[in-house]
Amino acid sequence: MSEGDSLIKLQDPALRARVRLALQVNGEPRELLFDGYKTLLEVLREDLGLTGTKHGCELGECGACAVRLDGDLVLSCLVAAVECEGRAVDTVEGMARGAELHPLQACFADHGAAQCGYCTPGFLLAAEELLGRNASPTREEIAEALSGQLCRCTGYLQIFEAVEDAAGRMRGDPPTPPRPCKVLP
Amino acid sequence: VSDDQNQRAGARAVIGQPLRRVDGRAKVTGQTRFADDLSLPGMLHCKLLRSTVPHARLLAVETARAAAAPGVKQVLTGRDFPIPFGILPVSQDEHALCTDRVRFVGDPIAAVIATDELSAFEALDLIDVQLEPLTTIADPDDALAIAEPRLHAYGDEGNVHKRVAFDFGDVDAALAGSERVFEDHFFFEGNTHLPLEQHATLAYVDPDGKLVVASATQTPHYLHRALARVLELPPAHIRVIAQPNGGGFGGKSDPFNHEIVVAKAALQTGRPVKIALTREEVFYCHRGRHPVLMKVRTGVRKTEQGFEITGQQLETLLDGGAYGSYGVASTFYTGALQTVTYRIPRYRFRGCRVFTCKPPCGPKRGHGTPQPRFGLEVHVDKMCEAMGVDPAEWRIANAVPPDTLTANWLRVRSTGLVRCIEAVVAGSQWKERFRRMGRGRGLGLACSSYLCGAGLPIYWNELPHSGVQLKLDRSGGVTAFCGATEIGQGSDNVLVACVAEVLGIDPFDVRCVTGDTDLTPVDLGSYSSRVTLMMGNAAIEAAERARAMIAEAVAHKLGLDKGRVTFAGRRVFDAADPARGVAFAEAVQLAEARFGTLGTTGSYRPPKSPGDYKGAGVGPSPAYSFSAAVVEVEVDPASGWLRVPRVFIAHDVGCAINPVLARGQVEGSVYMGLGEALMEEQAYRRLPAKLSRANVHKFPSMLEYKSPGPLDMPEIVTYLVEEPDANGPFGAKEVGQGPLLPIMPAVANAVYDAVGVRIDEVPITPEKILKALKERTRRVGPRAFPDIDWPEPLRVPPPWEGGDGRAVNERPRKRDRVASTPVAPPVEKLRDA
Repeated sequence: MSEGDSLIKLQDPALRARVRLALQVNGEPRELLFDGYKTLLEVLREDLGLTGTKHGCELGECGACAVRLDGDLVLSCLVAAVECEGRAVDTVEGMARGAELHPLQACFADHGAAQCGYCTPGFLLAAEELLGRNASPTREEIAEALSGQLCRCTGYLQIFEAVEDAAGRMRGDPPTPPRPCKVLP
Repeated sequence: VSDDQNQRAGARAVIGQPLRRVDGRAKVTGQTRFADDLSLPGMLHCKLLRSTVPHARLLAVETARAAAAPGVKQVLTGRDFPIPFGILPVSQDEHALCTDRVRFVGDPIAAVIATDELSAFEALDLIDVQLEPLTTIADPDDALAIAEPRLHAYGDEGNVHKRVAFDFGDVDAALAGSERVFEDHFFFEGNTHLPLEQHATLAYVDPDGKLVVASATQTPHYLHRALARVLELPPAHIRVIAQPNGGGFGGKSDPFNHEIVVAKAALQTGRPVKIALTREEVFYCHRGRHPVLMKVRTGVRKTEQGFEITGQQLETLLDGGAYGSYGVASTFYTGALQTVTYRIPRYRFRGCRVFTCKPPCGPKRGHGTPQPRFGLEVHVDKMCEAMGVDPAEWRIANAVPPDTLTANWLRVRSTGLVRCIEAVVAGSQWKERFRRMGRGRGLGLACSSYLCGAGLPIYWNELPHSGVQLKLDRSGGVTAFCGATEIGQGSDNVLVACVAEVLGIDPFDVRCVTGDTDLTPVDLGSYSSRVTLMMGNAAIEAAERARAMIAEAVAHKLGLDKGRVTFAGRRVFDAADPARGVAFAEAVQLAEARFGTLGTTGSYRPPKSPGDYKGAGVGPSPAYSFSAAVVEVEVDPASGWLRVPRVFIAHDVGCAINPVLARGQVEGSVYMGLGEALMEEQAYRRLPAKLSRANVHKFPSMLEYKSPGPLDMPEIVTYLVEEPDANGPFGAKEVGQGPLLPIMPAVANAVYDAVGVRIDEVPITPEKILKALKERTRRVGPRAFPDIDWPEPLRVPPPWEGGDGRAVNERPRKRDRVASTPVAPPVEKLRDA
């Protein structure tokens, strides 16, 4: 293999060229000019200032950068921003309805599903995508839907409980209080 | 909910309530500002060139081509950082960039600062490095056998960093007089923190001309000191801001080379400079769990209930990696806390840490304690099996009782260990199921204890370990300032909860400002499970002082005895006639009118430890937490496949300041413990000769470094035992680290119950189980411990053998003096201005 074949030359001026892009971000039309090599993750964080979307590996391994692209859950670190012309991107910044938290956000906060909070935006969007297609998921379906996300703080169970409570609230059930821990005074 | 619980809940409005954490909203809206979320106009980006060889003399670093590359503003090398640093005063062995030696694959050699990340990255290729390869010290065997070349010019000798030796009583006599002596070898593989957030730092010069460093750090105070030292600036001219950490687990507790590099770059370029590490680089920062080889010998004597320990001897060998980091403390910690769980009347400890050509190990959740805890809890299981005693009953009978001074002079005050064991035994139906579940299914039990903060700071001083300031003003708002660092564990929530509880207001009424060396009093950092106890006590002291002033002003206004003034529901009122009172905001105004501008402080410094021998500083704590776990496993004898369907965990937290968050810490510890037990390995391999035989990380990526995902989680039944400790705020003890410790040995013990094989090393993989099933010994694990030339031990008689806490063979030391003067007048001395 010659050297020319082995590596994409990032110095290539074509990759460095600024690209114009028009897309919907959290329901609002946005237009921007950005370095064409960038991923959707980088454009969201660096060019649009939407730092709610996180990165944990930039290799598609941790799920922290998950966003919705035309409704589908995608890892924004694996999506070239140039692929997003005319498409709709939804991030954690667009979840709340005005001042009111999305039920998933409220439940994550109430059930201890966010400890450091770094993986939280990715989990929220993955859970939102799940509840959009399955209003009453079982615990197994929740775990399966979230299986592309890593969390190092919680041990996941409080995340599952938050999703279950949010699903209930979205169906009109009363909120479930955080699962009582067996406190032995 | 029992009446008892209702009563407790009724007594306190904030403490013990399952309230939403104060920073919950920020985290679920994506508004928490982690270090890499910060950016400033004109910001430059930094990338590090890292060594690709494990050990070499650094002959030359030629940077001219890189410096001339498009977009590059600056290139820094080791020449720019002549002053070494390190977290411990005894291990100042790191340079921000290597000066004359590279010591592991990943050691940083040069830094490029450019207008964008890509330009900086590309320019790394233009730096020419001349290296002269040196012998690779790949593992502890190499380190003990190869004295030259030494990785460092300091240390005990050759590539031995530190050796320690203690005899607490005559262990030889104890073992000789025992009815039986058990001996085991164990190995605990290294593993890493793997926080979701990669380390990131932004440095800039503020409009006044002072340096600001905003970083993903658990220890802003120690970073502050390191920056002042290396950059030769007055600490007062440096501001360190600990951004909320996207997970720490100990991995962001050292001052890091990348933090110092961007600080220097910002000072020299006059522009903001940011660095965000790649995931691969995070594996090279490491400071994670030390791989530890252990040998343990225990003598036992039969008693009516079973048997008791007569004496125990523990030897540990730590693979430290290339730098000191916290390693000296880690070495002591592999021996320090063994006496806190079960009664050990005589105890011998030998610990040795070596330097090897790998990323440095340091403190990971449990710091130095999980490895020997694993060994000793499996060892106990084997002894109980051999002696025909139920391991749960043995642990209950031999638990260290409250108000104990241990053989190595640690003061245990409260303990809920027995209640923890009883909780998991009942929950798991241990008595009905242990040894009765049939082939392939099993239960394992293990226990542990852990610190609530270290008794001594990392560098010697007589200052408070934690300080809290409160500002109250006529708006009725209260602001709490503390240097503590929010790493996800909920420290901001503890601060606010303590203040709100004492002042009878809602947590939402309290603002908190934390982790900022310009704005907040020093707190030593989020490590050694110290924050709840130390910051909590400082916060209570500051709030009590504010409460005393407000109570006096309100008592004066209402014509009451101030002892009758009470605070609740945002009101300050007469306890005997609750209708008589004022709103909290009005009460603050009365106090402000009476005393002038309101502000109070609180401080915490741990009590003096009774031990007074060299090395007695590692192990003492104001309080100890206790945990017990029963792990249930299913093992397929045909494939070795291991599944954990259920974990029962009980943790003595003293007082759950917030039971939802406390449960999260317990279950997060169980999760991380399962990762260590089943799969996580920070392991290395030698490349083949044609590829330099470099010693490289096996899998520096999140995909290949296996950690448990959502589908891997068992059911967890969590019990919080509240055995309050007089030294804890509201009786609270730690919960962030202790519950991890029993998980790994409980898995190993459960595997034995299921299929009758002993896996005496971590992680416990299907391959090892399968191998053990085929072995005659039915065991996988180390078989020997190397001969180490131990120094003469310090001989410290235990309390019950006439000791006074000192070593009988140590030259007199300057006895630690504790300042007896409080830093501010006690509450009762506060009077009218």
